[in-house]
Amino acid sequence: MAAITLTIDDKQVSAEDSQSVLSIAQEQGIAIPTLCHLEGVYDVGACRLCLVEVAGVNKLLPACTTKATEGMVVRTDTERLRKYRKITLELLFAERNHVCAICVANGHCELQTMAYNQGMDHVRYDYCFPKWDMDLTHERFGMDHNRCILCARCVRACWHIEGAGTKNVAGRGARSHIITDMFQPWGEAESCTSCGKCVMACPTGALFERGSTTGEMQRDRTTLEFIVTAREKKQWIA
Amino acid sequence: MDRLRVATIWFGGCSGCHMSFLDLDEFLIDLAAKIEIVFSPVVDTKEYPAAVDVCLIEGALCNEENVEWLKIIRERTRVLVAFGDCAVTGNVPTMRNALGLNNDVNVLDRAYRECADNNQGIPNEAGIVPTLLKRVIPLHEVVHVDLFLPGCPPPAGRIKSLLVQVLEGQSPVLEGANIKFG
Ligand code: SF4
Ligand code: SF4
Ligand code: FES
Repeated sequence: MAAITLTIDDKQVSAEDSQSVLSIAQEQGIAIPTLCHLEGVYDVGACRLCLVEVAGVNKLLPACTTKATEGMVVRTDTERLRKYRKITLELLFAERNHVCAICVANGHCELQTMAYNQGMDHVRYDYCFPKWDMDLTHERFGMDHNRCILCARCVRACWHIEGAGTKNVAGRGARSHIITDMFQPWGEAESCTSCGKCVMACPTGALFERGSTTGEMQRDRTTLEFIVTAREKKQWIA
Repeated sequence: MDRLRVATIWFGGCSGCHMSFLDLDEFLIDLAAKIEIVFSPVVDTKEYPAAVDVCLIEGALCNEENVEWLKIIRERTRVLVAFGDCAVTGNVPTMRNALGLNNDVNVLDRAYRECADNNQGIPNEAGIVPTLLKRVIPLHEVVHVDLFLPGCPPPAGRIKSLLVQVLEGQSPVLEGANIKFG
């Protein structure tokens, strides 16, 4: 690992060459909006909220999956970026059926909070109103595909924190969706250990504890963090 | 100074936004000195008047009558406010849209035939019972909306914040949790 120097929002910073732009910005207290990023699992660049401008590169790059390089000049908060973040959020809302008023996550939802923090007061695109079902076959948890933003946090928590590998993404394009095992109902997915880590990882009202009603689904991320910390610090290795 | 000519109306909504307006409590008294309610479910005017300064519109567009009214309102109003989540996003009334292409027929069938114990049959009276739209939509899909006031319902403080800015002649800005849906 070599040390490098780069510039983020006019600030000279030093970092390790293996680090993502996002992790360096976070260390420096520079807030970049994220939705699919989850501490403790690898990044996939699924949501595009963390897009940043890099000097010399025409397209916008996701901070979470872009490795920092020597001399890089990064901007995290420009008019262009704010415009695209808003568009991205509006498209997320238009793609599935988000009815915040009656959602289990109302008031505790990262998508909802992100939308108002980025100044989204309405969606300029026509809503798609797709038909999606709920999976209520698991005895403790439920999944509402209407609220899913396909961030795949649940998939990564399931595979790489719990190690069960129950959750996956199936389908393509607008019909992509989260499945359990080989597309069995969740309640029949034999690999599921019922640990609930996917539920704790989900940023929206798509995964919830059964019995929660409007606004009741609050998450406790420490249930994910303690395992990640133990792994990183090798606490459980004798 | 002339009082501001204000109208309110509700389309496909539950009247909750209007209830929240009434939650303005004593501010309503200050307001009464500064605005004149020229049209609203709470006053008995049947026709939408001309030269309205501000109209607060609650509810989504669910039927043809809603759309006709909206177009008239747009022509005769300076500042049109989408008042509450149903007006801004379509909200709960749009849930029938996901039931497919014939949802407008199917929801009526369900309500007036399948679930009816007596007098089964879909109410139908030309000129009186408006036809449902194929899909429920927010206001800005049909006309230009000047201001968005989200919330289900928007809390009284949020309504006040918008009205105060309008009364002071500013172009209102709502930010942060003041534009939270739900
Ligand atoms: S998941 Fe979040 S944004 Fe979607 S309906 Fe629920 S509260 Fe609203
Ligand atoms: S269920 Fe939740 S965590 Fe999983 S992809 Fe959908 S929004 Fe993300
Ligand atoms: S956080 Fe980087 S793309 Fe989602």
